[in-house]
Amino acid sequence: MDILSLFVIVPVLTVIALVFSKGLKQARIISMIGSFIQLGMAINLLFAYFRERAINKSVMLFTQDTVWFKNFNVHYAIGVDGISTALLLLTSIVVLAGVFISWKTDDLPKEFFVSLLVLATGVYGFFISIDLFTMFVFYEIAVIPMYLLIGIWGSGPKEYSAMKLTLMLMGASAVLLVGVLGIYFNSNADGGVLTFNILEISKVHIPFEAQKLFFPLTFIGFAVLGALFPFHTWSPDGHASAPTAVSMLHAGVLMKLGGYGVFRIAMFLLPLGAIEWSWFFIILSATGVIYGAFGALKQTDLKYINAYSSVSHLGMVLFALLMLNKTAWNGAILQSLSHGFMTALFFALIGMIYGRTHTRDITKLGGLLKVMPFISVIYVIAGLASLGLPGFSGFIAEMNIFVGAFQHEEMFYRVATIISVSAIVVTAVYILRVLGIMLMGEVKNEEFLDLPKVTWFEVTGIMLLLIPMIGMGVAPLWLSNMTMDSVGPFIQGVLNHL
Amino acid sequence: MNLTSFIAMRQEIFLLTIILLLIVGEIFINKNNKGRIVHIAIILFGIHTILGFFAIEETSLFGGMFRTNTLIHFFKNTLNVGVLIVLLQSADWIQEKMVPLNKGTEFFMLLFSSLLGMYFMISAGDFLMFYIGLELSTLPVAALVAWETSKRISSEAGVKFILSAGLASGVSLFGISLLYAATGSIYFNDVIEVLTSTNLTILGSILFFVGLAFKISLVPFHFWTADVYEGAPIGIASYLSVISKGAAVFILMILMFTVLKPLMYIWENIIYLIALTTMFIGNLFALRQQNMKRFLAFSSIAQAGFILLGLISGTQLGTATVVYFIMVYIFTNLAAFGVVQAISLQTGKENRDDYNGLYRTNPNLSLVMMLALFSLAGIPPVAGFFGKFFLFAAAASKGYYLLVFLAVVNVTISLYYYLLLIRAMFIRKSDNPIPFFKSKIYMRLGLIITVLGILALGLYSPLYDYIFELSTIFNK
Repeated sequence: MDILSLFVIVPVLTVIALVFSKGLKQARIISMIGSFIQLGMAINLLFAYFRERAINKSVMLFTQDTVWFKNFNVHYAIGVDGISTALLLLTSIVVLAGVFISWKTDDLPKEFFVSLLVLATGVYGFFISIDLFTMFVFYEIAVIPMYLLIGIWGSGPKEYSAMKLTLMLMGASAVLLVGVLGIYFNSNADGGVLTFNILEISKVHIPFEAQKLFFPLTFIGFAVLGALFPFHTWSPDGHASAPTAVSMLHAGVLMKLGGYGVFRIAMFLLPLGAIEWSWFFIILSATGVIYGAFGALKQTDLKYINAYSSVSHLGMVLFALLMLNKTAWNGAILQSLSHGFMTALFFALIGMIYGRTHTRDITKLGGLLKVMPFISVIYVIAGLASLGLPGFSGFIAEMNIFVGAFQHEEMFYRVATIISVSAIVVTAVYILRVLGIMLMGEVKNEEFLDLPKVTWFEVTGIMLLLIPMIGMGVAPLWLSNMTMDSVGPFIQGVLNHL
Repeated sequence: MNLTSFIAMRQEIFLLTIILLLIVGEIFINKNNKGRIVHIAIILFGIHTILGFFAIEETSLFGGMFRTNTLIHFFKNTLNVGVLIVLLQSADWIQEKMVPLNKGTEFFMLLFSSLLGMYFMISAGDFLMFYIGLELSTLPVAALVAWETSKRISSEAGVKFILSAGLASGVSLFGISLLYAATGSIYFNDVIEVLTSTNLTILGSILFFVGLAFKISLVPFHFWTADVYEGAPIGIASYLSVISKGAAVFILMILMFTVLKPLMYIWENIIYLIALTTMFIGNLFALRQQNMKRFLAFSSIAQAGFILLGLISGTQLGTATVVYFIMVYIFTNLAAFGVVQAISLQTGKENRDDYNGLYRTNPNLSLVMMLALFSLAGIPPVAGFFGKFFLFAAAASKGYYLLVFLAVVNVTISLYYYLLLIRAMFIRKSDNPIPFFKSKIYMRLGLIITVLGILALGLYSPLYDYIFELSTIFNK
């Protein structure tokens, strides 16, 4: 068994084991063991990747290829590069943290963990696929459990939010399907056979007309999941209604699928279309960056604040990808990773705060630093990372993005970059506003003086996310080098077509 | 009639034997043991289904009136499996409700006669045989639709069905006569050679199409669907929605890709329009349905619209995807109908709101329903996704990207109402949920087969490749 397929097999086996489990205790133990194995596999893969990379210079490593549907030339094709390795590690950490944070799920625990792990299966599968069809299958598998996760275990207007999220994401994937078919039926443009394999399609010169037609479909199909303005509205509602672990997975991992798909498919396979349309989508994503930041400034619900902050941060990912240069692309990858850890951490903390105070309204909270020091300190750290303070993961990512983006010499790109950069200032304002109102000052509610202490599983969950986030900030180079190596062939592939 | 023709027609002959055996059995079985006929019928039909899997040679009988080949044979087997599932799911209903009224045996006889009609319809080598098959497949069903004579709504459905069906087949016959007038033959093989595109043949083919469009319930020939499904016994509604529809699509496809090929340039436009209207009308009407049978009726209209996407390509790819999708659709829709039937039989409840909180009392039934709905909505990794993906690919291979785009918009609309049912079962809570119950063995078997089909058909790819190989027959 190859080490990549295990990323699909282990969660599936965990799900099967869960089906036969009884009660919360068994369910969470099984999920924890399953997620631990996945984390171990991801770390193992990281080292294996470094070893293999030293001797093997191909774009994708550990590739496996099995014919699935012969007549459509559909293959189960997998392989990873530095980017997917890093994202797999992110996923496994967030899933494990999510299991710890959901330690006390009382209502239908078995079903909760099953849905969570099905979602994880989809995400793992998506990151290891190098075949468009396989990728698309896993993309939908990752999205659909969200409906049940939010609908059953959510809070507030959960039915509305779950339906909105699912319909928007599945609608996007339906649009994407047209794009995928368009790419597939043009993959024999140079002669040769129709194929879904990404690496093979990238060598084909897809006609300009087709690229122009299918790029927006493919881009929007993925970018909706990356909260592209104006298709981001599912995200704040979805986050606000979702249970804690689901928000973590959703913002931390699932939304990364969008940026990753844009990078791997829309930009890589349809570069001419990308150049043709980049002005339009740059306007949208820059608007998203600014709009998300101002949205976060105005909200008082902690989850809404972080959801809008995600819109802003992931807008930057799309923005950077549209710049079509190496530094910006590397920045986009780093931003995805950094945002993954950071937002998952935020949502975990918000879940903990809400679980104790039963409110997420920052105007009702105050002086939390006195009553729950541990959570508050971590919140400050996550906040500082979010506003891009040097020494944390956000800084290196945003630095790369804007340095890369500004390299474009045309006026339009530079103006767009300057506008997007200004969002960083707004980010600082909304983060510090939350920290000021919520953590400092007087305790507004006397009930808050006597709150339960943090439990061991919460601390474990938090630490799992905090350590890599700080690690990325303190020693960014090894990660940056790894992703930069992998961005190289992709940008080269794109440039070959221009 | 020599041995070769016997072997070529063995599916038909065996089914006819079963029908006759049931008549004899009805006479000889003691009045108090009439329930036994249900077991006998199901076991005989099960044997028939298994025997069907032995391969068959390509043959043409009676001067070309009757023909069979591997693809047709494969499709008959598919129909057999579907009917077997319908029987298993209806067995308890017949046993409990119909046998006491002394209406058990006739149910099987009529259902098998209708299936026999479908065999002849898809095996037809000329328009006459086709028409006889069409009638034989339709008329017994009209009686079955009105089977629950004590219910007013059932009789109403029967009348509605027989009137619409009569009109549609009449129009179809008129179309056939026009084609005959233009070509001078009713044999498909002769018609293929002389058919050219003239106004007369175009009109003839359109009128001919109406009869089949009625069976497939394409817009604008869909008006009977919801009322009939609502009034008919659930087993018959499911039979209409998958078996009858599947057979009609199959023969329509064969005729279109072979006999009517010279007219395909016109048919592409017509199918384009009908596919769009069928999808949109089916989906938009399904949004507001509360009754599960009406809901599934409109959902099945929308699915018929999707099937047309495979028809439009006119290639081997199209044939293979359509056959594959029908197969997937048989398992999927029967799973959904099976759950509705199980619940209806136990509690008499048929509305969506009655399903609130179903998961907490009947998790297994809810999971079966969820699988079926995911498959209908086309969500991986269940079979419906692959079926839809391939249909869309078939349409896209001809460059109909706009049609595919509008179809995927429809998939999203349909997802909404499928999710409404999932919401009712999993998310909503009810003060008065359907209590826990255990279905009998036949029903459980019927549901298990459908679930296995839904799970296996998509992931087990050699099946699709096999169908693709068979599809060369009609696309030389």
